[in-house]
Amino acid sequence: MDRDKLSVLAISDSGFIFDPVTGHSYTANATGLRIFELLKEDKSEDDIKSVLMEEFETTEDEVSVDVDDFIENLKKYFLI
Amino acid sequence: MKKEYIKPYIKKQTAGIMNKFGVSYNKGHREEIEGVPVGNLTDKFGSPVFVISEKVIRERYRKIYSYFSNKYPKAKMSWSYKTNYLDAVCSIMHQEGETAEVVSDFEYQKARRLGVPGNKIIYNGPYKPIESLEVAFDEGAIVNLDNFDEIIKAEEAAKAINKKAAVGIRVNMDTGVYPQWSRFGFNLENNSAFNAVKRIQHSENLYLEGIHCHIGTFMLDSNAYREAVRKVVHLMRKIESEFKISIKYLDFGGGFPSMNKLKGTYLPPEVAVPPVEEFIDAVADTLLEELKPDEYPDVYLETGRAIIDEAGWLISTVDAVKRLPDGTKSYIIDAGVNLLYTSTWYNYKVEIDRELHGAYENSIIYGPLCMNIDVVVESAFLPPLPRGTRLILSPMGAYNVTQWMQFIRYRPAVAMIMEDGSTEEIRRPETLDDVVGPERIPEKLKKFEL
Ligand SMILES: Cc1ncc(COP(=O)(O)O)c(C=O)c1O
Repeated sequence: MDRDKLSVLAISDSGFIFDPVTGHSYTANATGLRIFELLKEDKSEDDIKSVLMEEFETTEDEVSVDVDDFIENLKKYFLI
Repeated sequence: MKKEYIKPYIKKQTAGIMNKFGVSYNKGHREEIEGVPVGNLTDKFGSPVFVISEKVIRERYRKIYSYFSNKYPKAKMSWSYKTNYLDAVCSIMHQEGETAEVVSDFEYQKARRLGVPGNKIIYNGPYKPIESLEVAFDEGAIVNLDNFDEIIKAEEAAKAINKKAAVGIRVNMDTGVYPQWSRFGFNLENNSAFNAVKRIQHSENLYLEGIHCHIGTFMLDSNAYREAVRKVVHLMRKIESEFKISIKYLDFGGGFPSMNKLKGTYLPPEVAVPPVEEFIDAVADTLLEELKPDEYPDVYLETGRAIIDEAGWLISTVDAVKRLPDGTKSYIIDAGVNLLYTSTWYNYKVEIDRELHGAYENSIIYGPLCMNIDVVVESAFLPPLPRGTRLILSPMGAYNVTQWMQFIRYRPAVAMIMEDGSTEEIRRPETLDDVVGPERIPEKLKKFEL
């Protein structure tokens, strides 16, 4: 996973994300933004899952599938 | 306290590109069917389960029949068995007064077994074994013949039981729609319909009593029915004056559309599908324009899907969630295309059993068949669905529980929601014995060691 790209993204609190390299923009929800922050902090995927489990009312199974899916999506968009 | 969890999402903004999928069509959730909670139905009957509403069937039927019979005095309806021949469904139709329209010896026997007298059966179709014709003639069924070989076969059958049997002919014609259904019956324009009548009237064992047509299915243009009625009435006149006979019945088959979304259509069915009254107007108004009151024949409709399709749903369960390599979201559910014959041409309405948050995405719904063709819905606009979400697919009432096939799994239960809100199992799920019952193993193959 290449996290260098993350540092150039402009991310607003409202969930608007702009990639100055490609000119593309994205929207994410609060949970998505939280994952962005954790990725930027260089947390491992497992760490991200545990943080979300601490902060939110959810289960390990659900978070695990969702985080994997979210990261797949970021790869698809070439954001990481 | 922990915060409420909403599934994470990120979506690329695509300014200026219109979403070509019917966005609003698949949105929304539904917690009950006709007042019965979805969870109660799956608790009682399992998943997947077909659900049929007695109330909706009766309402749809009464709406169509009363509209038709208010316009045309000798209106009759005959239930197209092949559309849905579950006993419970046919029984509702017969309680409402519909006779049985069958297209095979099996369907004929099924109607008789249910208690329909032979003279309340219309026997159609391009293949009628000679033995079944003998029974049908003996019991006084309406038999509509399809081709010249069948006229000869019918003659033999009538002769065998020493009877002069009444028959009808099925005709096909150009009604301005494409594709024209020309493979069933005798063509009008090339005169083969008239020649068929000539052949029948020459026979010592047959005589003509009616004319039948079924111009297509899921017709979207009611003008085709105006054209069909006009042409059939003209043929009737020509036959009556030429042979000095009186035609007892005309039968305009089925073909009215239901609120289903045909694949490849852009508009949702609420916009694309004209109301059923428009089709009945086309038939009844044209009849009244063309006929004088003293010559009114019985007129049958064999409406199938327009009555039953919207009275049926399938409840299924999401078993797995998968993102495909190209980024498309997909789900695997517990019902496949073997149960859902109509998935070939319909894009079903997909509803979920609960309110879910998250970004809607165009998603693919796959069945469990381990076959590439097992795509139940090619594109449904859905929020992220957790495992275990129930999907309610509709309309499902027409053709699926007749054309479904047993393949790698058992066929599931069919439940009926009765008018009083109670529920009944009208077909239990299959068991291993149901499937292997007809099989036989040759003696030498019975033993093996591994
Ligand atoms: C002879 C005949 N009658 C009636 C029907 C019922 O048609 P629908 O379900 O389109 O009303 C069919 C179906 O194809 C048919 O072949």
